[in-house]
Amino acid sequence: MKFAPLVWANLRRKKLRTLLTILSILVAFVLYGYLSAIRVAFNQGVEFAGLDRLVVRHKVSLIQPLPESYKARMEAVDGVELVALATWFGGVYQRPTNFFAQMPVEPEPFLEMFPEYRLSPEERRAWAETRTGAIVGEKLASRFGWEIGDRIPLQASIWPNKDGSDTWEFDIVGIYEGAEKGTDTTQFFFRHDYFHESRGVGSGLVGWYWLRVADPDRSAQIAARIDGMFANSSAETKTEPENAFIQGFANQVGNVGAILTGILAAVFFTILLVAGNTMAQAVRERTAELAALKAIGFTARGVLGLVLGESLLLAATGGALGLSLAWWLISRGDPTNGALPFFFFPADDLLLGVALVLFVGLAAGILPALQAGRLAIADALRR
Amino acid sequence: MSGDGPLVDVRSLEKRFQRGAEEIRVLDGLDLEVPPGDFLALMGPSGSGKSTLLNLIGGLDRPTAGRVSVGGRRIDQMPDRRLAAWRARHVGLVFQFYNLLPVLTAERNVELPLLLTRLSAKERARRVATALDVVGLADRQGHYPRQLSGGEQQRVGIARAIVTDPTLLLCDEPTGDLDRTASDGILELLGALNREHGKTVLMVTHDPHAAAQARRILHLDKGRLSTEPAP
Amino acid sequence: MRALGNWLSQVAAVTRFALATLPQRKGASAAAMLGIAGVVLVLVFVLSIATGILRTMERSAARENAIVLRTGATSEMMSGLSGEQADLVAEAPGVARGEKGPLASAELFVIIDLPKRTTGTDANVPLRGVVTTTFEVHPAVRVVEGRMFRWGLAEVVVGVGAAREFQGLDLGATLDVGEARWTVVGLFEAAGGVAESEIWADAAVLQAAYNRGDSYQAVYATLTSPEAFGEFRDALTADPRLNVKVQRQTEYYAEQSALLTGIITGLGTIVAGLMGLGAVFGALNTMYSAVSARTREIATLRALGFSSGPVVLSVLIESMLLAAAGGLAGGGLAYLLFDGFRTATINWSSFSQITFAFTVTPGLLVQGLVWALVMGLIGGLPPAIRAARLPIAAALREG
Repeated sequence: MKFAPLVWANLRRKKLRTLLTILSILVAFVLYGYLSAIRVAFNQGVEFAGLDRLVVRHKVSLIQPLPESYKARMEAVDGVELVALATWFGGVYQRPTNFFAQMPVEPEPFLEMFPEYRLSPEERRAWAETRTGAIVGEKLASRFGWEIGDRIPLQASIWPNKDGSDTWEFDIVGIYEGAEKGTDTTQFFFRHDYFHESRGVGSGLVGWYWLRVADPDRSAQIAARIDGMFANSSAETKTEPENAFIQGFANQVGNVGAILTGILAAVFFTILLVAGNTMAQAVRERTAELAALKAIGFTARGVLGLVLGESLLLAATGGALGLSLAWWLISRGDPTNGALPFFFFPADDLLLGVALVLFVGLAAGILPALQAGRLAIADALRR
Repeated sequence: MSGDGPLVDVRSLEKRFQRGAEEIRVLDGLDLEVPPGDFLALMGPSGSGKSTLLNLIGGLDRPTAGRVSVGGRRIDQMPDRRLAAWRARHVGLVFQFYNLLPVLTAERNVELPLLLTRLSAKERARRVATALDVVGLADRQGHYPRQLSGGEQQRVGIARAIVTDPTLLLCDEPTGDLDRTASDGILELLGALNREHGKTVLMVTHDPHAAAQARRILHLDKGRLSTEPAP
Repeated sequence: MRALGNWLSQVAAVTRFALATLPQRKGASAAAMLGIAGVVLVLVFVLSIATGILRTMERSAARENAIVLRTGATSEMMSGLSGEQADLVAEAPGVARGEKGPLASAELFVIIDLPKRTTGTDANVPLRGVVTTTFEVHPAVRVVEGRMFRWGLAEVVVGVGAAREFQGLDLGATLDVGEARWTVVGLFEAAGGVAESEIWADAAVLQAAYNRGDSYQAVYATLTSPEAFGEFRDALTADPRLNVKVQRQTEYYAEQSALLTGIITGLGTIVAGLMGLGAVFGALNTMYSAVSARTREIATLRALGFSSGPVVLSVLIESMLLAAAGGLAGGGLAYLLFDGFRTATINWSSFSQITFAFTVTPGLLVQGLVWALVMGLIGGLPPAIRAARLPIAAALREG
């Protein structure tokens, strides 16, 4: 620590250069944070899936419906605690770019299935009493400025109304909060009975089911049992844990993770060049001073340490500011203004970011530091 | 450093440099003894090898052949790390161009060698103050090198050299970049350090006026020493 | 004129001096250049994804083709039309006629789950039921391996893109879809269009397998000319028996790809923009140190009577040259690494997979180069101004 003033004084020698270097490192770590959040967004929160929840869907494709009659049959399966149904509504609010998920569900089993969606007792009661009632997540509500009591029209793209019109109207009776940071509060749920009675086509069919199993260790066995039950019927099923379902869904996009990693590699390569160049210049123009330090008794390792310390301090300053700025930007919301269900800076990635800061500091400084350590004093002083 | 022998004992010292295909013999079988308490001026034309000799005695460079002992210790074969530690404790170096760190204040510059010791911050501050007092710069401690005159910068350099209380001071053209008045001040200071503080001083210079301040003068020419200047 | 000539020769002389000292600063210069190359690489890479998708969509759309969907449907998947409605569309004014009658193709569109080869996880692969006129409405479709499916049989032909990206679509393989087992009998190309991501079967057999009766999801029609579209659309939307939305095929595809390419382009630009900011800081560093390394030289030139304009320009030219070299390197590398790289992703608008190739166009390379030059300009300008403002006397004294 007693060398800190020396390291600090050296960084202040060329203030502009130090500032520019710190800024470029800062930018790299803002990008790092932002891309981490984007990766989470693309992964759709796989890690927040309930371990005791399974998804049952049509074997051929998610868009193929399943009979409503499956519910009772699955409830009878040993180890299944709860069954909740849902359908993809796919309505449009005002214009197609205002995308958010809407699903008709049965309030009772649904809210029991997803305790992470928190609703007040009054809101629960209101939903039970209002046939056209809908509950919306707080992120979604704030995105469109909705409040309880608002009447929201949606244009059906898949499910025309029985009366031939495409417009469905819903009354917002509740705004649910997420139990955790990673809970999706961008969705819109309304009552299946209203949907069932008002849709013009597809009566008796639902999109998919969620199951809750008593013992997650028996998930595979129960999934096989259910798929076996409906094998060779006109609607065969595919049952899998919720996290596998979500992961599969995310994988449809392609290898986003690899692309983002590639981009980050390019970013860090660029920044390493910038920071490494700064350190190389710093050492080059200070040859005589470093030699003098060695002359008065600093060891090669000591000089190397001074240069590395300088480079680490540069990286730490830029990195800490960058990670903080990324964290702040991400916490202010996603770039689509609320359409992404998951957008935050994961703690693991933050830790990895700190490790990357150290890496950048060491990698940028190591060559110039070795060079400084190897300086021949007599030659360097003569210059 | 103890013993009754010479403080600096140089035997059959050779130093050769390679410049392209040509080999240059800078020092060629040189012998030198410097007793404790001496104030020796080394003179010689430029390129005569006087700075090289000083560098070898200070452990900044290694001889091609021969021995260098300081205080009874062979330093010509000491490993780099130990040599650095030895320099920090036993020799003080004063350079022609001062070699102060421009980013540090006078005080911080003087403190540098003490950073290599285990002394507490308080003790370091005390010694720095003493050293600056000895060189007469107690009131300039917070100044940066660029805010000081050449003579003052050299005084800071000397303070840095004596702050660890070494027995041997090696000065390479300490007045080479100074005007007459400033030079006289520096030479007086070196003389005082020699007389009153018991420092052994070895000074390389090409200025007869500076050399005259020393107790004895040796001339270096063509890699050899003599008491008389070369004709 | 003479003044200009003199000025230009000053610029040339100063620039030559600057470039002559470049080798002494090769480390810093290379760092600035590579930094800019990295930015251009990322920019061109990301935009080549969007371009690839856009190209695939564009190739699919014929200017004289129109698509008819149920009102409210934003894609084929969500649409539904009865057999009679499809017939009404075929008979509408403006539809061109071929040997077999009107060039209208009523099509069925479903998706099936097939594992992606790369991840092994299910992907939404489009399965299209087609009729005999389909091949006249989409003339680019051509079987390249195996044979065409036989009408009335549970056989499919598979787009080459789909066969490459998804498992279980090799010649001779079978698929259990709906209440039928289908055999893959051929592979087809569609001039690089979207159809290459699809599986095609006889619509009548597919209707039966899905219990769809006589219903379709979309009708594609080839019009007598692109100008006939207005008449065609008006006739259909005015018909009380129909409840449809009519679009040109080009518009439809533009709409289908807008979301996906918009996200990719937006993200790519933000990322490359931020990276570019970092690289500009690096370039500034390099050029500032280039100027300070040349302080004496610049001061000497100024003392000899060179004016400050040429000095400014020489610094700018150096920085832009470095940037241009970086831009060319980054763009070239992107072209070598990514152009033609084939992959698949989901198009959220149609909820189905689209296979495409990354496409690095000359336009993208030019865009990358422009970015590089802008970075060079921003990175060079402040140091250039500093060079021009050097106090001559003080700079001459400097070591």
